[in-house]
Formats: sequence, structure tokens, C-alpha cells
Amino acid sequence: MITQVRDTPLPQPGKAVGIQTIGMTMRFGSFTALDNVSIDIPAGSFHALLGENGAGKSTLVKCIMGFYHQTSGSLSVDGREVAVHSPRDAATYGLGMVYQQFTLVPSLTGAENLVINRAHVPAVINWAKERKDLAAFMERMPFKIPLDRPVSELAAGEKQKLEIVKQLYLGRSFLILDEPTSVLTPAEADEMLGLVRGMTERGELTVLMISHKFHEVTKFTDAVTVLRRGKMAGGGLVKDLSTKDMAAMMIGDVKLAELDTRLPVPADAKPILVVSDIKAPDRTGLKMIDIGNLTVHAGEIVGIAGISGNGQKELAEVLAGQRSPDAGSITVKGSLYGATRQETRVNNVRFIPEEPLNNACAPKMTVTENLAFRTFDIKKQGGDAVWLDMKSMRKRAASLIADFKVKTASHASPIASLSGGNVQRAVLARELTGDVDLLIVSNPCFGLDFSAVAEIRARIMKARNSGTAVLLLSEDLDELLEMSDRIMVMSDGKLVYETPALSADISVIGAHMAGHH
Amino acid sequence: MEGIGIWGVPLAIFAGAIRVSTPFIFVSLGESITERSGRINLGLEGTLVFGAMTAYAIAVMSGSPWLGVLAAMATGAIFGLIHGFICKFPKVNDIAIGIAMMQFGLGLAFFLGKPFIQPVAPRLPSIPLGGWSDIPQVQSALNINVLFVIGGLLAVALWWAFKNTRLGLILRVVGDSSDAARAMGLNPDTVRLFATAVGGSLAAVGGAYLSLYYPGSWNEGISSGQGLMAVALVIFARWNPIGCFLAALLFGGAGALGPALQSVGVTQGYYLFYAAPYVLTLAILVATSSPSRSLAGAPGALSITK
Repeated sequence: MITQVRDTPLPQPGKAVGIQTIGMTMRFGSFTALDNVSIDIPAGSFHALLGENGAGKSTLVKCIMGFYHQTSGSLSVDGREVAVHSPRDAATYGLGMVYQQFTLVPSLTGAENLVINRAHVPAVINWAKERKDLAAFMERMPFKIPLDRPVSELAAGEKQKLEIVKQLYLGRSFLILDEPTSVLTPAEADEMLGLVRGMTERGELTVLMISHKFHEVTKFTDAVTVLRRGKMAGGGLVKDLSTKDMAAMMIGDVKLAELDTRLPVPADAKPILVVSDIKAPDRTGLKMIDIGNLTVHAGEIVGIAGISGNGQKELAEVLAGQRSPDAGSITVKGSLYGATRQETRVNNVRFIPEEPLNNACAPKMTVTENLAFRTFDIKKQGGDAVWLDMKSMRKRAASLIADFKVKTASHASPIASLSGGNVQRAVLARELTGDVDLLIVSNPCFGLDFSAVAEIRARIMKARNSGTAVLLLSEDLDELLEMSDRIMVMSDGKLVYETPALSADISVIGAHMAGHH
Repeated sequence: MEGIGIWGVPLAIFAGAIRVSTPFIFVSLGESITERSGRINLGLEGTLVFGAMTAYAIAVMSGSPWLGVLAAMATGAIFGLIHGFICKFPKVNDIAIGIAMMQFGLGLAFFLGKPFIQPVAPRLPSIPLGGWSDIPQVQSALNINVLFVIGGLLAVALWWAFKNTRLGLILRVVGDSSDAARAMGLNPDTVRLFATAVGGSLAAVGGAYLSLYYPGSWNEGISSGQGLMAVALVIFARWNPIGCFLAALLFGGAGALGPALQSVGVTQGYYLFYAAPYVLTLAILVATSSPSRSLAGAPGALSITK
């Protein structure tokens, strides 16, 4: 019987534990989030958990970790039924979780983050001794991470590895990874999953990974469980399943919006957006972004790839007028562009930033008001409006909500009460309505489910085919390969590589993203 | 200043820096603890004045200035606890509560302190380090008050503790990310409650210095905004305790400029020099800030940086 919380590195590499859920059911009021789910994850296996948003994946892992208490069903660790009432109980059995959002404290160093997370920290920390112990511990780890730098200075891949190292440092031997590669480059993701896979093969670790990337699931995991609307939709050994089988289990019989056929870009397409020699300081003020030349023509999608934090955000901010450049010029349709409301309106420039709830909405204002942001101050017959025309605002909102299938309790609900996908749809509805000559989009599908993603991509493709110039900044390479005509790679504040999407080589793009150029 | 002539000015600035900076040191060290935990307590001005009143009253009644300082610390901690307790409720803004607490502290101190304006309290001791010199000005300038020394040691101790103790790390974790703190089983509200209490008790020591050492009396005009300026000093010092100490010294030195010039016979415009600390603060804040860069070292959970 284990009674003590595991809070220090185990003297030897840990021994993996297997877990089983039996008839796990979770009800919130009348809503059944998880319905009789039984999965078996033997010790030392790498198990994938697939499912759309709201399929019950996070409910299941929260029940395992003790954040939720299941309505019925049970959990066994190494064949023995256990009661897990809190994450602390879960830790007792060696269960740990790496969350999608980082839980490291940014201003603390890696070493400080590791030490402070132990259950028993000495009142005065003897850093000389701790450093020695940490060095000995890191010897055993397949990951190499600098522990003496503040976490905020680490790259996303390093942070993700440190999160995993933290769990191992705390002596956990069953890990839940929640979409661990969503912020990593393909090369970083492969490396990290390969190392984790190695640990499971050596029997040091059992892993349950939530993912929606099929290529990761087929390449690294042993078995898969698919959830749909809270129920087991299928599962089995990865080697017996094709990607198509898994996709079918995930989405059921829902029909996804299809992309329009890509119309060829005419040879004489006019340049709409021309960015030349823009230099601007980044968030920290220590580095600069430096965009030599970026041109987007009418009717084409130019994709900007890159690991987050390489200046894409700053570029988007410069284009949106949120950050003033030190040098260089932006022209739209041949005239200088400073992102004022007047210029935006005259040139039909539209903008879908990342995290649209915070960057493109007033969260506490209603859906109707948010949908009217582009138009509330002009009269129907032209000229500046003094009084708001609430009636036509409501009418317009109603038609946009219906057109773009925005799910909202009412058009008078605050937009912050909508789910992420629906906020994205609402912003898309506002930005894509009317004449659009230039569309700047940043990570439009981050964290959305299959059907929302398919629909948003279809809308953008449609706009492109009708002659809109689209600049797409995205951290999702698959999205860029699917959508773009040309792909440019941004690394360390500069555009370092350009390729037509059709002949793009993903490993070359990945190498440039990682800074090897 | 016969005898040392123009040398009186730097000497007076040196002495003034130590004399004027002491309350700033304590209030800013206290506030740096509170702000490192992710909360701002603007009520320290009220805590300071209430601490000054308590210290003076207890010193008068007991005859011991140190007992007065302890009593001030206790009341300061109570003010901090009230602030911290109210702020843990959802939708309560720490800045608004701070302003309310400031007015509450001032009003209560004036009300309870009325009977103590007349009596004379024993003063806090000082350490005469100027015995080697025959010049009276040097002797008086090197008469260092004990609280200043304690403040300096405390700054170094805090700087060390933020890095090397469990409590220091916990404080920084809570101040930087409430979510991370909860994930490791800490309750951010509890940590902030105690951080605000400690901050309040240190601010009250600053008040005790005012009433028991310099100027060394109790009246309603005892504070000239030290409690508020110290909050600005913490930001200026980038939440670093040693930075707080140095910033307080700088501020104190600038504050001593006016009286020093006056004492060597500059009769024109010395009032302008009384504004020197504020002009200096503004100038430094403008020079070290940037519109496109966020403040380095700011605790992530602080309501002004969120």
C-alpha cells in the first residue's frame, strides 16, 4: 500500500504503472459528459485518446486525476481499485498530468520551478545541494534543458519538455499529456514524442496522450481510444486502424464543409499588400522584426509559418496598426497604409487576429454590438452616423448569426459567453461580410473542432477565390499546406524562406522554422 | 554653516538621505512583499499614519519607543489583514480597496490621536558613528538611526529570501501565476493575505519612525505622502528589495536638497528644490519606461500588469 505522496525523484528510473477505467460516467445535472467509458492502458504502453471538442476527453482525464468525481464507475491502478478524490491522491499513485497550457511559473528558473513543486520543500533551500541532485537527476533524463534560465526565456519546445521532466522529477510514472505538441515544430514534436516513446518502451513510464494529429498517433502510440459525445466510439491497436477509420469514429456521420476548388492565381493578379523593409521592436524591446519584402496578390493566400514567438505576432500587430514600425512602409492597393479606420474602410481591409475574443471583440458587449463594429458609425446612405440604428443592427446581426451558424443563446448575449469556435465564427462573419480586398488572418483554427475548422477554412478559400488577397499567419503547418498558394517561413523576426505550397518540402520548412538556415 | 562652508551641502544631503529615506525604505520593502504576491496595497499611506499615531501613543503611555514600534507593527498587520481579507472576494478591486483603506486609516488615526498631540514621547535611539571627527556637522550627520540600519539589513535579507527560501519562492509563484499556484496546491488568497499583512506591518514601522525619530512628534500633517510615493518607488525599483533601498536613498537625498541649500544661505527659489524628489521620480520613470515594451520583472498576477 502506497501512502506517501511521491514528491521527490525516484532513486531508480520509475516503474510504469498501468491503469484501467471501468464504466466511467460523469453527469453534470441532466447533461452526461461521459457515458460508461472503459479503457485499459497496460503498464509501459503509449495510449492515444482521440475526440472532437466536447467529446469528453478532458472530462475523462479530469476524473482520472481527481479534479472531478465520477458519478459512477471506477479506476484501477495496477489492477487494484483506487479512490482518487484530488490531484494529490492521484500523485500518491504516481499519476501525473501535463496540461495544454503551461503551468510553469515564467519568472522562476527551471530549477526553482522543479524544487518548489515538491510537496516538501525545506524552509531554506540549499541551492548547492539541490543543483547537484538536479544534475544527477537530469543525467537520467533523455531531455536536455537549461535549468538555470527563467522559464520565460525558454522556447516552447523546451517548456513542454520541462513540464514532462517536472512530472518525472516528482516521481510520477503514469502521465497524461494534453495535446503536447500543439505549440511545437514538427521536428521538436517528433523528437519529444520519440523520447517519451523510448521511456515507455523501457517500461519506465505509461502515457495517455490526448491528440488530434493522426500522424502522431500512428507514428508513436500503441493503442487508441476514440470518444464521441461522451461515449466510446471505438478503439484498438494503432496497427490495426487506418487514419480514415479513426476519423470516421471521431466525427461520426457529420458532413464536413468542403474547400472550394482552388482557382489558379491569374498571372496578372495585382499586388494588394506590399510590405517593404519594415523594422519594429518586439514585445521585449530586445529583438527586432525585420520584414524585407512581403507581397500578397489578389486571389492568393500567402501563408506565414513559424514557431510562436518568432515575430509573427508583431508582424500582425504592425499590419493591424497596434504596433508602430521604426522604419519601412506598408502599401495597400498602391497607396500608403497606416491602419486608420478611414484607410481600412476605403481599402476594404479586414483582420482576424489570434484570440479574437480579446483582440477583435469587446468581450462584455453583446453579439449584436460586436457584429456591428465595422459598420455602426456609417449611415446606410453613406456619411457619418450620429445615432445608432439599433433596428438594422439587430437585423444584420440576426442574418449573420444564421449565415455563419453562430451558436448563441441570443443576439443580446455578451460575446464572451460564446464558445471559442463561435466567437471565431462571429468575428469571421463580421470581417468577411461586404467587399473584402485584403484579409489578414492569424491562427484562425487554433483549438477548434473538425467541423468548425473545415467551415472556417472553406470560408477563407471562398474569399480567396472571389479575389481577396489573404495573408495567413499560422502555427499549424498542415493548415498552411492545405490553404496557401505560397508559404513563407518566419524565424527570429525575419522571413527566411519562401516556397510554392504545391512543391513544399515539410522537412525543409521545419528546418527553417527551427532556425537552421 | 561656518567651518565647512560649501561642504555642508553634500554632508546635509548625505544626512538628509538617511533621515528622509528611512520611512520610504520600510514602506517600499513592505509593498514589494505585497506586490510580489500579486496584489497592490495603496492603503499604506493610511497604515503609515495610523502606525505613527499608535507608536507615539504607546511610547507615551509605556515610556518605551520600541514597544511603540511593535504596537505599530501589530496595527499595520491588522490593516493589511483587512485589506487582504476584503480583496479575496470575487470582483473586488485591490486598488479601490486600497484607497478606501487609506482614507479609513487617516481618519481613524486623527480621531484616536487627538489626545497625543501635546505629550512628548521618548525617541528612538541612534548610533553615533561620527565620534572620530571634531566637526559638529559631521558628528550629527553620522548619527545614524537604528531603524535605517535595520531597514538596510532587511533589504538584503529579503533579496536573499526571495531566492533561497521556501516562502520566498512561494511568494513569487503566487505573484507570477495564480493558476500555477493553484496547480501546486497553494491558495493564492491566503498567501496574499499574509503578504499584505507583512507589508502593512512594515509600512507601520515607517510611520513609527516619523513620529518617534524624525520629525519625532505626532500631528495630523506628519506624513507628506511617503506611503503613496513608496508604492511608486517599488515599481521604479522593479520589485527588487535592494533596488527599493537604493531608490529610497536617492529619493531621500533629493528631498534633502532644498533644506541643504537653504542652510548654506541660498534664499532664492529653494522652494523649487523641495519638488526635486518628485521631478526626479518623474524623470527617471519616463527615462526608464517604454511605450512598446512591458515592464521587466513585474509580477504577472499584479492587477496593473494584467
